[in-house]
Amino acid sequence: MVNQNFVNFFAEVKLEYTDGGVIAEFTWLIVVLPFLAALLITFLGKYLPLKGAELALGTVLFIFLYSSALLYEHATKGIANEFFINVGSIGSYDLEFGWVVDGLSIMMYFVVGTVSSLVFLYATNYMQGEIRYTFFFTSLTLFAGSMLVLVSSPTLLQLLIGWELVGVCSYLLIGHYWEKKENSSAAMKAFITNKIADIGLMIGIIVLALSTKTLRISEILYQSTHNYEDIKTVAYLGGVLLFIGAMGKSAQFPLHVWLPDAMAGPTPVSALMHAATMVTAGVYLLGRMFPFYQGMASEALDVVLLFGVITLLGAGLVAVVQDDLKKVLAYSTVSQLGYMVTAMGSGAYTAGLFHLWTHAFFKALLFLGAGSVIHAVHTNNMSEMGGLRKEMPRTFSTFIIGTVALAGLPPLAGFFSKDEILASLNHEGHNIYFIISVLGAFITAFYMTRAVLLTFFGEYRGDGHPHESDKMMTIPLIVLSGFAIVAGWVNIPGVYTGFTTWVTTRKNAIVEYHPESFDLVAMFSGFSAGIFGIGLAYYVYQLSGKAVDGDEKIKIKPIWKILENKYYLDIFYFKFIIDPVKITFAKFIDSFNTNILDRFVNGVGVTASKAGDIVYNNLDQEGIDKVLNLSSSGTDTIGSKVKLIQTGKTQQYLMYFLVGVIVISLIILLVL
Amino acid sequence: MSIQPILIAAAALFSIGIYGILVRRNAVMVLLSIELILNSVNINFVAFNAMLSDVFLNGQIFSIFIITIAAAEVGIGLAIVLMLFRNRETANINEFDLMKW
Amino acid sequence: METIDIFSYFLLLLLLLSGIKVVTTSNVIHAAIFLVFTLATTAILFILLSAEFVALVLVLVYIGAVIVLFLFGVMITRAPLGPNAELDNDQNKLFATLISLSIFGIFTYILLQTFDSTVVISEGTSTKLLGEILLSRFVFPFELVSFVLLGALIGGITLARKDNALMDEDQI
Repeated sequence: MVNQNFVNFFAEVKLEYTDGGVIAEFTWLIVVLPFLAALLITFLGKYLPLKGAELALGTVLFIFLYSSALLYEHATKGIANEFFINVGSIGSYDLEFGWVVDGLSIMMYFVVGTVSSLVFLYATNYMQGEIRYTFFFTSLTLFAGSMLVLVSSPTLLQLLIGWELVGVCSYLLIGHYWEKKENSSAAMKAFITNKIADIGLMIGIIVLALSTKTLRISEILYQSTHNYEDIKTVAYLGGVLLFIGAMGKSAQFPLHVWLPDAMAGPTPVSALMHAATMVTAGVYLLGRMFPFYQGMASEALDVVLLFGVITLLGAGLVAVVQDDLKKVLAYSTVSQLGYMVTAMGSGAYTAGLFHLWTHAFFKALLFLGAGSVIHAVHTNNMSEMGGLRKEMPRTFSTFIIGTVALAGLPPLAGFFSKDEILASLNHEGHNIYFIISVLGAFITAFYMTRAVLLTFFGEYRGDGHPHESDKMMTIPLIVLSGFAIVAGWVNIPGVYTGFTTWVTTRKNAIVEYHPESFDLVAMFSGFSAGIFGIGLAYYVYQLSGKAVDGDEKIKIKPIWKILENKYYLDIFYFKFIIDPVKITFAKFIDSFNTNILDRFVNGVGVTASKAGDIVYNNLDQEGIDKVLNLSSSGTDTIGSKVKLIQTGKTQQYLMYFLVGVIVISLIILLVL
Repeated sequence: MSIQPILIAAAALFSIGIYGILVRRNAVMVLLSIELILNSVNINFVAFNAMLSDVFLNGQIFSIFIITIAAAEVGIGLAIVLMLFRNRETANINEFDLMKW
Repeated sequence: METIDIFSYFLLLLLLLSGIKVVTTSNVIHAAIFLVFTLATTAILFILLSAEFVALVLVLVYIGAVIVLFLFGVMITRAPLGPNAELDNDQNKLFATLISLSIFGIFTYILLQTFDSTVVISEGTSTKLLGEILLSRFVFPFELVSFVLLGALIGGITLARKDNALMDEDQI
């Protein structure tokens, strides 16, 4: 899996890059500016005509322009540089902050800048008239700023600071409507789940810093690629610990539970969080530390790969049975993050980041589209939508573009990135993982088509009269759909591979497989999985009845089993068995059963949804949630017993304390 | 003159103070016992200062600081006791179990 | 054995006895008086150890001010002035004795093992020198302590003040 001739290869490759000049030197501006803006919004926001939104918008626009300039500069010349500011020392460790300007960082700057600008623009309209409007923009600006702190970090310490800041801001934003209990508990869930993972990251950082005697990432990577002994001994441990950190932020199984709940936040937050600022952090970390993983911790990469594959399949199945439109997208994000992590785990650095890049655009598009729909119909449930195609043409067409991009049909963005991941898996010989990933692509296409059909086709099932959203909301959609189309074109094997050159331009060389031309097997399987998924969903939800009935078909799977066993029996027989309420369903099923093909089709659908249900009910609800609940109730029980020793009598406390002092001094005196 | 008896006497005074804190019921008496402990620390500082013949007089200056802080502590402590007495009509510290669960 | 040694042993004995009396007497006023005794012997000990200024401060601050404050405290909290059997918490006595004895034991063990040098008794300390050091080398802590005292002053006033607006009629 790891290139055998790694060291030799590294010696041979001469990367072309410059120090970036003035524009790289002033990159700190985009990191510092959001924090200044947040401060200004806090104090002055309420007095401004747009209640602080214009400051936030100006800041992210500046970030967007600056990162575009950086990207242009990087694409033409190639920049790899890092800057340090020494602010002191702890023991022998220099306490340094700074900023990195290399391919990976510039790509992240650009993604954050672009998506943030559009989301902010969208949010000025979406959040109009909501409570804490100004505070919302403060936290949103801080959120973007924290992410920039994270991705600009040249030291592990700054990375950790950015990491935690992102966590805190996400807490503020998810719990924006904290008056409702479930929102504040969703925020809490996100924060605590992330915190659990952060402990892994923190220990990982400590382990790495202790073994390498430095906090600088580039120095650690240098040591990993040059066979230093100290880091070698802790490489596996450090790699796994860092990945645990990444699992939290990037929502990998089994720490993904917070992400679907995080939908409690306002939709712009979801879009920002899922596309650019939060969940990409874990993948970014893996990418940043990639030479370390490849040079030293290749066993840890196997762990990464395994979890990535589990996530991509498990989350994809769960997405099939969701009724909440945002939750479908949330599970889809988890699944796509699984793809990125899988790519990283299989050693395909560019493929993972490329998927991050394309995914950022089309997932932001999908979320903003979903927000536009939800804004219009005032519900999250797809069972109360339908037929919005006519009322919301712009939202519909952009949503379709996002869906097709996510499903991975050429020539949209998702096709190229997913194809590259599949090609890498194929090339590395991970046959089972390859098949699962193709299956994942199929499921992705299936649930996205289902969502589109339920939302936009058929008859409107809700109350009121939905209408197209304001221009301020549709313009970001249109711009993002443009990105969703073209973002994949920067890395077409054999035609133009600019992206590969961009993200690999960094001080520590990356060695990886990058397809020179299209891998025909991968391309064909990915493409046909997408087409097949769309087709099947179209068949189940559209062709053979009303869209909304597709779900009901799936939901009566026990009856379906009875039906399967008694295939030749008359339809009236069912009426004795099945509850009269469900007669219509039975009729429906009967018509569905008239030929073998239908049976096969339904079998696939049922199996998929059943697996999704099992994953959701058993693993998500029964397994993980129960463990969490048990631990809390256990704490409660123990606490109520232990609290009895808290008598409130000061003298007793002092006595306990002194006994402790005596025991410890005796131990020191006698034992040590 | 040996330093040991002085230090042991200070240690004894310290233990006496701890005994007082643990046994006394009246909050003012507890504060008195704390004064004993602080005093034993003062004795230690001055004795070490004499033992080392310190030109900077660190020990003496420290004991001056301790005396100052102790005065402040007594002032605040008695004010708190007074406050508690006003609210509960007693200075018996067993009655004050506000830290109870 | 020199006379000064005998004198200092006697002094230390006095110190301990009066200290024990402070924590064992059943009369609140007696406890305060014995604390005065303890502090006075400590002051004499300080003079023996050539720390005249500290001794003076001890007498002025403690005996002059703190003890008076204590007596005020005793009176305001209406502690019974005569002998009072309720003063001690009897159930704590056994443990308290054990704990204080073991702390004393540990201290003594360490002290006997570690220190065996003699105390140099010089001509005495120049108060001028002390003042110079206090205002040069220790000027920052010195200023800090003044803030602590200010804080204590304000805190004491705030806590002890009778706030009529907040007081109930029955709490006087």
